[in-house]
Amino acid sequence: MYNYTKDYDCIIVGAGHAGCEAALACSRMGIKTLLLTISIDSIALMPCNPAIGGLAKGHLVKEIDALGGEMAKVTDKTGIQFKILNKSRGPAVQSPRAQSDKLEYRLEMTRILENQEGLDIKQGIVEEIMVSGKKIKGVRTNIGTVYKSKTVIICTGTFLNGLIHIGLTSFPAGRMVEFPSVGLSQSLSRLGLRLGRLKTGTNPRLDSKSIDFSKTIPQYGDIPPVPFSYFTKKLPQAQVPCFLTYTNKNTHKIILSNLKRSPLYSGKIKGIGPRYCPSIEDKVVRFRDKERHQIFLEPEGRETSEIYANGISTSLPYDVQLKFLRTIDGLENAEIIRPGYAIEYDFVYPDQIKLNLETKSIEGLFLAGQINGTSGYEEAAAQGLMAGINAVLKIKKDKPFILDRSEAYIGVLIDDLVTKGISEPYRMFTSRAEYRLVLRIDNTDQRLMGYGYKFGLISEKNYKIFEKKLKNVAKFKEELLKFDIKKCNITDKPENVTLLQYLKRPEVSLKHILEKIDPKSINLDKYNSDIINQVEIQIKYEGYINRQLWQIDKFKTLENKLIPGNFDYSKITSFCREAKELLMKIRPISIGQASRITGVTPADIDVLMIHLKKNQKCST
Amino acid sequence: MPEDTIAAISTPLGQGGIGIVRISGTQAFPITQKIFFLSKKNTFKIEKKRKILYGFIRDPKTGNTVEEVLVSLMKGPKTYTREDIAEINCHGGFLSLRRVLEIILRCGARLAEPGEFTKRAFLNGRIDLIQAEAIADFIRSKTERSLQMSFRQIKGGLSKEIDGLKQGLKRLIAQVEAGIDHPEDDIKKISKKEIGKELKKLDKGFSDILGTADDGKVLREGIKIGIIGRPNVGKSSLLNRLLDEDRAIVTHIPGTTRDTLEEEININGIPLIIIDTAGIRDTKDFIEKEGVSRSRKVLSDSDLLLLVIDGSERLTAEDKKLLELTKSKKVVIVINKVDLEKNICYNESLCLLKRMDIVQISALKNLGIEALKKKIRDIILKCGLFSGGKEIKISNIRQIELLRKGKEFLSKANEAVVQGLSEEFISHDLILCLESLEQITGKLVRENIIEEIFSQFCLGK
Repeated sequence: MYNYTKDYDCIIVGAGHAGCEAALACSRMGIKTLLLTISIDSIALMPCNPAIGGLAKGHLVKEIDALGGEMAKVTDKTGIQFKILNKSRGPAVQSPRAQSDKLEYRLEMTRILENQEGLDIKQGIVEEIMVSGKKIKGVRTNIGTVYKSKTVIICTGTFLNGLIHIGLTSFPAGRMVEFPSVGLSQSLSRLGLRLGRLKTGTNPRLDSKSIDFSKTIPQYGDIPPVPFSYFTKKLPQAQVPCFLTYTNKNTHKIILSNLKRSPLYSGKIKGIGPRYCPSIEDKVVRFRDKERHQIFLEPEGRETSEIYANGISTSLPYDVQLKFLRTIDGLENAEIIRPGYAIEYDFVYPDQIKLNLETKSIEGLFLAGQINGTSGYEEAAAQGLMAGINAVLKIKKDKPFILDRSEAYIGVLIDDLVTKGISEPYRMFTSRAEYRLVLRIDNTDQRLMGYGYKFGLISEKNYKIFEKKLKNVAKFKEELLKFDIKKCNITDKPENVTLLQYLKRPEVSLKHILEKIDPKSINLDKYNSDIINQVEIQIKYEGYINRQLWQIDKFKTLENKLIPGNFDYSKITSFCREAKELLMKIRPISIGQASRITGVTPADIDVLMIHLKKNQKCST
Repeated sequence: MPEDTIAAISTPLGQGGIGIVRISGTQAFPITQKIFFLSKKNTFKIEKKRKILYGFIRDPKTGNTVEEVLVSLMKGPKTYTREDIAEINCHGGFLSLRRVLEIILRCGARLAEPGEFTKRAFLNGRIDLIQAEAIADFIRSKTERSLQMSFRQIKGGLSKEIDGLKQGLKRLIAQVEAGIDHPEDDIKKISKKEIGKELKKLDKGFSDILGTADDGKVLREGIKIGIIGRPNVGKSSLLNRLLDEDRAIVTHIPGTTRDTLEEEININGIPLIIIDTAGIRDTKDFIEKEGVSRSRKVLSDSDLLLLVIDGSERLTAEDKKLLELTKSKKVVIVINKVDLEKNICYNESLCLLKRMDIVQISALKNLGIEALKKKIRDIILKCGLFSGGKEIKISNIRQIELLRKGKEFLSKANEAVVQGLSEEFISHDLILCLESLEQITGKLVRENIIEEIFSQFCLGK
């Protein structure tokens, strides 16, 4: 054993999307940080699809950006196609997505990490989490080096006891061609944490030279492209298209006749896979009457000829993959560069962590990303950032930073994990957010940038820009409210309608009205399209937004009824046993959180409230 | 802390004609101001801490005066719940209490959960510390009992209908949400026109159930109770006993047919109409001809039947015929003349009566009348009511309220469709509608929706 000479405030184990955000947050908030990774060459690697964002996930990336994280900026810098999804729908369910150059993304993130002051990056396989009593001490690597630290954040992705399947062949690995993390999984078990097993799959990657793109449908990005980050002014890079093709009956026939060679259907894979990202085997079996399934051919980067065949995640044997691929339009002569594979890995049941992502049993030990049962780069990055911030707050003995369900998708994500637990890899959807109509990408800065600034993750300069925008939004709205619509020349407008009423019609756009306004009455030069957009949303959807705000008010009432951390459930006799066990396990911080636990009834909540009141009275 | 305003009938149901509707919360006074009038001209102001006023409750929607009342206004915090409280003393018995409560609920109050006034009293510091455990138990048992009760009240048919609505809603929400969250997936996306169609269907479903709700109808028509039985079993004396015992005879309505009489009486605050067949003459072919048709008429007119049998005699063919005829109806078998020697053979003949409610009385000696009244009341309050030949499936005010709310959300969703708003706005109200329905049976909403999406659609790249 060798005790490393430098003591750290925080060690981050794993340099995927969670680890990178965690390491940056910690070091930027001024604590001594070490990032440990199994391979320095695969920092910020995207092992799955070459894209960031998408519905709800794009919301998460915007939130990371407003809190001062890095994912959005790196995406802007290295993206090769940008698109806002759901453009035909309302502002709450529009979300950005970018195709990424995987290599560039990795290099750019590595560059940022390497240049970050206060951050050490080292290669090492962590085998043991060192504790003293119920408190974290540090970590030990497989070559016997001990790094001491006040806090540790584990972001191991699919590495914990990872097992790759291709056909009936399987072998231990963290990702394809990377070491798994076996010792660490055992160490977590020894600490008393309950582990479970999940499964996820990847798609085959093809050689673009072997694809006949003329038989596919090109899919283009938006023109002009819209950046993810508030701090990106422009996206000067050229965009590249993706291509769409479809499976057919022949494809399905081949898949169905080879199910016995599928590790999924032969019972070899025990871990639970995500329903929202099913393998092509699953799609074909479960929806037999569906005649075709989409395949998006997505370039892995600008310089590479690898094409990610998205939509046919599979763990069928190599020869079957090749055979079914070659039934598909445009892929008749396809060559596989890397076959698709499935991977099983350990996760920690997330009811064992608190809302600040710290484990309940070991003080100073934080978990973030796939280890908590989520899937997706964005979900991981969001947790990494939150774990990083909270590790620092822990060291500084500050209050934990917890976003609630009405503030951010991040709040929904963490609350779902901790309060409800998971039964399959967890992915964010907008339908998971009760307060979706106010959790929009256009107001992410208003929701979260204040926090980012407070933690020193948003610069003074950038915060000032935000404040100025807020002021201008208010000013423009005021001017607009005072404006008499009769003064402008709109022909199809009915008589006696105010501007506000008129603007509330779905077919009317503010831009359209402004074009017909006399420039002397409102000086539009002061207001950019972002401000106009913001005001338009506020006015147009006022009714729904207000209804949602009213719901949030009610929600907050229960969130603000706090339960002390040391509250003793064991003595209360009026609970039913199940509720008591659940409450003792999850230890909700508020009545609101308690009420969301599956199995806790309204009657239990009443009992809880009465006893809280009793305790309050006793103590005063 | 913003708490909503709650209201409930706070006197036990069906005991005495006078009852109190209590409102507690910040909106207690404003709501009272909306519905209470001192006289036809004046409204009132609240300036003092406590006040009792005489006046009328008027339905702000229709402008009709519905009840003559005394209103006690008590300003918080020196009240039971420490919030503003208005108590409305009504005189018209259970149904008018209910009518007043409904108006209050429509004005923005929420129906109080069982024990909620006490809960608030405690949480707002009104009740002693020592009582905490007892109150916790009390509220727990109240909440649970009321849930059990309402589960029991949702009888087979209704539960199926509500379930059907829920399934329909869930399917629709899943279709709408799948389109929102998976815009690039190759699935059949539901059009707004189709959404509109589905909404219409669902709305009809809500209307159908609400149409069977007992509010209003019972008030207008009363619950009809028919007394039947062959001659000389004591129908008239039973009727007189019921009328004598209860001093609240309101009116005397001439019979709708020559041979029957309808008496309006009031049992424990519940207005009932008793249809008596006492006038039927004893003829030999009574059961075979005329009697059958008359009994049938009473049978079909009544919501509840009292079949009177003479306990001092063996069951006759006529008795058996009547038992047969009433098989499918709600019946209380009244065995009269229990003061005399019993000759009725239970084991042999009354096996017919299995699963029926039986009460033994002596109309002459005034025995068992209270038990009979209690039985009538229990059946009316608990087991669902029957009116006008049409089954009332829903009589629980909480359930009616939730269904009504659900229907409102549906119409809001429809507005969004008509206005051409995007799907997430439509979905907003659909989910609220589903939540209202789920509250009737108490299940989780959001998880269900995501389940539903993935069982319906093949999604994901």
